[in-house]
Amino acid sequence: MAIKRIDRTARQIVLTIQEYSLFAGRAMLNLFRPPIYWTDFLMQSDIIGVGSVPIVILSGFFTGGVLALQSAATLSEFGATAVTGQFVSLTMIRELGAVLTGIMVAGRNASSMASELGSMVVTEQIDAMRALGVDPMRKLVTPRIFASITMLLLLTIVADAFGILGGAAVTVFLNHQDATQYFHMAYERLHFPDILQGLVKPLFFGYILGSIGCFYGMRTTGGTEGVGRSTISAVVNSSVLIIAVDFLITHVLLSIFPT
Amino acid sequence: MSNAAAAAFPPPPRQPDSSQVVALRNVTISFDGPPVLQDVTFSVAPGETRILLGPAGVGKSVLLKTIIGLVRPQTGSIVLFGEEITSMSEEKLFPLRSRAGIVFQEGALFDSLSVRDNVAYQLIQEGVPDEEIDTRVREALSFVGLKETFSLFPPSLSGGMRRRVAIARALIHNPELILYDSPTGGLDPVTSTTIIELIIKQRDVSGTPSVLVTHRLQDAFTLCNHRFDPEQDRMVPLPAGQTNPNTTFLMLEEGRLIFDGSLDELLHSPNSFVREFLE
Repeated sequence: MAIKRIDRTARQIVLTIQEYSLFAGRAMLNLFRPPIYWTDFLMQSDIIGVGSVPIVILSGFFTGGVLALQSAATLSEFGATAVTGQFVSLTMIRELGAVLTGIMVAGRNASSMASELGSMVVTEQIDAMRALGVDPMRKLVTPRIFASITMLLLLTIVADAFGILGGAAVTVFLNHQDATQYFHMAYERLHFPDILQGLVKPLFFGYILGSIGCFYGMRTTGGTEGVGRSTISAVVNSSVLIIAVDFLITHVLLSIFPT
Repeated sequence: MSNAAAAAFPPPPRQPDSSQVVALRNVTISFDGPPVLQDVTFSVAPGETRILLGPAGVGKSVLLKTIIGLVRPQTGSIVLFGEEITSMSEEKLFPLRSRAGIVFQEGALFDSLSVRDNVAYQLIQEGVPDEEIDTRVREALSFVGLKETFSLFPPSLSGGMRRRVAIARALIHNPELILYDSPTGGLDPVTSTTIIELIIKQRDVSGTPSVLVTHRLQDAFTLCNHRFDPEQDRMVPLPAGQTNPNTTFLMLEEGRLIFDGSLDELLHSPNSFVREFLE
């Protein structure tokens, strides 16, 4: 009985991965084949990008602040509080800016994509679209993924900037250190591979959150309860996959550009 | 022949031919379980209205979606507008599907779009100029008696109004085939009669072939024994004993097509399931 259950679960997982791969691949190909729905892309960019700015600013600012607080306490033991700026900027740009933004935007938008598309599936709006001769993959999925990729890149830059500002606020107002020294160290130790790492990751994370949100939305079954299940699956899986892919990208980039 | 014998040996269905608008042959569909549709064969001729009867959950809506390739069969073949679509790619199916109109069970209107944009959805995708769209949408809405809803959004419409908007959306493109999925399900008798009158109007004015799914016998019989009178702008009963010869019936039982024939044949069917359904 237990073996049967394991067998069934394993098959289910493999089937889901296979379906997701085909879905994500098809959505990716649609980025390069007309018709491309630019109006839908702009609308989704507004929802995903502009709509997420407040949460990205707040989470970036306070994360930078926490980093400055924690690092200053440790660095002071070695008399190295002067490098707080370097620590905050490198951590935000190389790692936390992209991951944090990815997870915040996944929580906000992968869930909204899954619930919106899921509701459209259970109310037969997707079937209606297909019946009216419009491909829902091109009309609904591709603009969302494309918008997720481009907006996450820009939002990561915003998170990085506000993270460094948050660190500066803590350094200047709580730790009573010099602002010029903070910003000098934050800028001086930044190199091309650090920035590259910080800008490559959101491209992958945007693709992950967009494609997973749409994937779970489009395969919704079981009415409104199914919409809830799809939403949970979209948020959980996109968040976990973002962290897992972050590890892989970091590993690859560190092997290409060793510190 | 006894009822039991009739159920065991149902009469052979009419054989579809390529001149039909729709022809299904030995179609079987299942979703992770027992078949939803089993060995279904029927056709729709030009100008014909087929009423698909059966209790809830026997596969009527699935059969309707199968006709335009929204659901794919495991076995069998489907011919739509003379083209074999059973294994046709989704991309090739889009232009073929857009020649048909479908009214879904709950209307399936796009909540984020206005009534105007819902009705004009297909025209907008085709890049038709705005002025022409407005004119055609107003025509379609006045056909279903909802001209005043032009700028409204679907959530502010009643269930009956949503169905009528869905009918307008299906008709705006002058389809060569119309599929109605329980268009009167869950509606009050007055609204149901309004919807049936629209369907009769479309059938008698345009002669568009159609398939209508319903479990309401009253609606099915009204379709069969009424005609649309353009002078009075309403449906009127046919003379006693007369029925519309182009309106015929299909009946499903547990995914199997157990009846295919006229109203008279339906009323005199020896099949026990048909008799039970009629009673």
